[in-house]
Amino acid sequence: MSGTLCIDGIAVPFSDGQTIIEAARTAGVYIPYLCHRLGYAPYGSCKLCTVKVNGRTNTACTMPAADGQTVISNSPDLQHDRQRITQMLFVEGNHFCPSCEKSGNCQLQAVAYHQNMLDNHYPHFYAQREMDASHPDILIDHDRCIFCNLCVRASKEKDGKEVFGIAGRGIHKRLVINSPSGKLKDSEISVNDEAAHVCPTGAILVKRSAYLAPIGERIYDGHPISEVACEKAVIRAGEASGYPSCDPTKLTDAPQQNGGPDSHYAATMPPAPDIKHGR
Amino acid sequence: MRHGDATQRPSNSTMNSFIESVLAEADYKPERLLPILRAVQAQYLHIPQAAIEQLAAALHIPRTQIIAVAEFYSFLHLTPQGRYDIHISDSITDRMLGKEKLLNYLAEKLRVKVGEVRADGLVSLNNTSCTGMCDQGPAGLVNGYALTRLDHARIDVIAKLIEQQAPLSDWPPEFFAVEEPIRKPGLLLNQPFENGAAITATFARGLTETLAEVDSSNLRGRGGAGFKTALKWRTCAQQTTTPHYVICNADEGEPGTFKDRMLLDLYADQVFEGMTLCAAIIGSVQGLLYLRAEYLFLYEQLQRVLKRRRDSGLLGRNILGHSGFDFDIEIRMGAGAYICGEASAQIESLEGKPGIPRVKPPNSVICGYQRKPTVVDNVETFFAATHIAVQGGPWFAEVGTAQSTGSKLLSISGDCARPGIYEYPFGTSIEEILRDCGADDVLGVQVGGPSGTFISNRELQRRIAFEDLSTAGSFMVFNNSRSIFDIVQNFTDFFAHESCGFCTPCRVGTTLLKNQLRKIIEGNGAAVDLEELNEICLVVKNNSHCGLGDSAANPILSTLASHPELYLKQLKQSNFTPGFDLDATLAVARRMAQRDDDAAHLSQVEN
Ligand SMILES: Cc1cc2nc3c(=O)[nH]c(=O)nc-3n(C[C@H](O)[C@H](O)[C@H](O)COP(=O)(O)O)c2cc1C
Ligand code: SF4
Ligand code: SF4
Ligand code: FES
Ligand code: FES
Repeated sequence: MSGTLCIDGIAVPFSDGQTIIEAARTAGVYIPYLCHRLGYAPYGSCKLCTVKVNGRTNTACTMPAADGQTVISNSPDLQHDRQRITQMLFVEGNHFCPSCEKSGNCQLQAVAYHQNMLDNHYPHFYAQREMDASHPDILIDHDRCIFCNLCVRASKEKDGKEVFGIAGRGIHKRLVINSPSGKLKDSEISVNDEAAHVCPTGAILVKRSAYLAPIGERIYDGHPISEVACEKAVIRAGEASGYPSCDPTKLTDAPQQNGGPDSHYAATMPPAPDIKHGR
Repeated sequence: MRHGDATQRPSNSTMNSFIESVLAEADYKPERLLPILRAVQAQYLHIPQAAIEQLAAALHIPRTQIIAVAEFYSFLHLTPQGRYDIHISDSITDRMLGKEKLLNYLAEKLRVKVGEVRADGLVSLNNTSCTGMCDQGPAGLVNGYALTRLDHARIDVIAKLIEQQAPLSDWPPEFFAVEEPIRKPGLLLNQPFENGAAITATFARGLTETLAEVDSSNLRGRGGAGFKTALKWRTCAQQTTTPHYVICNADEGEPGTFKDRMLLDLYADQVFEGMTLCAAIIGSVQGLLYLRAEYLFLYEQLQRVLKRRRDSGLLGRNILGHSGFDFDIEIRMGAGAYICGEASAQIESLEGKPGIPRVKPPNSVICGYQRKPTVVDNVETFFAATHIAVQGGPWFAEVGTAQSTGSKLLSISGDCARPGIYEYPFGTSIEEILRDCGADDVLGVQVGGPSGTFISNRELQRRIAFEDLSTAGSFMVFNNSRSIFDIVQNFTDFFAHESCGFCTPCRVGTTLLKNQLRKIIEGNGAAVDLEELNEICLVVKNNSHCGLGDSAANPILSTLASHPELYLKQLKQSNFTPGFDLDATLAVARRMAQRDDDAAHLSQVEN
């Protein structure tokens, strides 16, 4: 199915199989994200891309685009919660941006700037996590892992290796390595793997590459993430922005009784109170 | 089966052959990773590194999956636990029955700290989430088997038996006795039933016609969500992808709920029969019963029921002579994770993975177990369907309210004279229920467990119904001697402990809530902290991935609304309190400087 959806008053076309975030990026509309990446299976864990779809909360990176959808992304409430969620990620791990090699190339940092995040807001957890510097070419600083699962997906889907996994429950989540010793050096990873380069933060770094691009000439030094994210997508899709506007007031205040995340199913279903996004 | 006497250090080759036998038993199916790991844990008291290597190779799964599963579930461990592994239920109702004192007494008697393994490896002691024995607590588990009605005398005996290293089979059987106090049977529990009657009725009437009866009964799911059962079954039946699966959700993890325990203990045939007729209707050959780990005591007896049903033609091939109707049921045990009650997390668990709720769409009825169309229903839903298949839809729809037909089983615990199982028509008021169970001087009732609602004594006219107070069956009564904060704190800790950790707001937010609530209750909060508490509640509620995160803030939100004065009373008068204790942080510095005089201490806040 293809068609048009309305995101914050902009009419955004989409093609078959695209999620809301993919359609948005292609059209040059930025919805903040961290666990999403073009060409990767949707995961939906960071919750940064949370939007209202026809009045209901859902994640733009997992929700298939559908004709006539009305999506609100840029509301004060959603922006507020996005800032808080970003702050949660900062206090959960240990992020000392000024001394981080990834600074300026880091999506987490760039998203925080976009969110206008000026402090951590929450008390720090002071997580104790060990670094894995065992591999000759690749470093893992677990302090900076936000459990976005991108390295897991990259290794499995792109590199065909399954080097990474996420273990633990609740706040005890941790990134684990598939090797007899649990160390990266004994895994099958190679520096040419996509998994070595996909990390949105400074958790997985390629050694000896830190300052190839000097501070000041890094990805987000010149352009905010809202431009970078969409420009890439637009170039990829070979399209330019400049889409007509649409009428966001089409959105009724009351959520539709039967509309739901699962269109062909939920259309006939009463809302299921325990499925959060089915409400 | 009841070992308490597993293991000396194994040689590699004996471990090798033990694991080989476990693998063979599981038919080398990676989806059976949980039962496999449960067997390894029971034998070696943990999942040894060598076992991980062997299992990964034999099942063709990455080590990381095995580690992830072992770390996700409360009853699996990567480091050895005691040969007697004891868990004490930490639900609020256990606490009200004196659990904390008993736990400390037990720890003292056994000379082990809570959360630790004794140096000689004989015993380990831990808290655990509600074990579903709230009507006969304080409760616990020893090597997975339920212990009920713990008291000082029993603990004395238990400590002695452990020191003597007596196998569990030599322990007094009454320690393991689970009663099923049905205090008020109603529409369903009173209904006589003969095994096979529902299957016979289903085929006599016709499959489509029976689905129409389930439809006209207006039966809605009893697991809490209240989904219309017939709609779910019809949607599944219509899916062209095959095979289709039937899953019975017996995870019953919501603290305060134990009615599924009773049904599986006393009415198992009627539950299995409901699964069987569902299978006939949706076209399924394979059913799964997901039984929570805490109900291990039911496992053998349920296997016997299944065997008897196979022997009498109620399961297996050509059921009751209906040629081509083949269906069987496999029991799979959980391993300690509340989130696995959520249908899609349960499916992940059944596939041998951590119980992380899936992204929706697609719903599991379209893409469920093994990515195939799957019906997941609660134990009580199948039980009701069995009787609807015999008696017809209108019989059921006559009872209850228009939107909530039929009856509801309640598990009543807490401050009342007669805790146990009660069956009420939907629409019954809280007041009436409290009268029946002998509760007076009521402070409030938690309806629907921690994820439900706290009803203060000013709201007792409210009713049990999907349109008013929706509940999976948990009904905890509190009298005026109880502290609301004890209740709210217990529930909030529960959610932080049980969050699967997949999504940021729930993973981080539930811990923030726990800490922020403690700060206020302990008298270290200022007015801004109360605002902050409320704000975290909303961020968690509005952005979480699944129903757990959605309801994790309910205990705080509902008591903030019903008892704001209580929270206000806790506040410090200063309007600023730092998020961490600066003076405590300086302890290391003081130790290094070897001083502890007044000047080496800081007061951060001017009161
Ligand atoms: C955190 C969480 C825990 C749940 N626990 C259970 C449970 O223990 N038993 C249950 O039947 N349903 C539980 N559910 C509801 C299931 O997701 C699902 O809705 C239900 O099993 C469907 O069956 P029903 O339609 O017969 O109620 C839980 C849901 C959530 C979000
Ligand atoms: S990973 Fe990003 S956010 Fe974290 S410390 Fe480095 S630059 Fe900062
Ligand atoms: S290491 Fe990086 S890519 Fe992998 S889960 Fe952590 S933050 Fe995501
Ligand atoms: S980008 Fe959508 S949840 Fe992470
Ligand atoms: S961790 Fe389960 S809702 Fe987020």
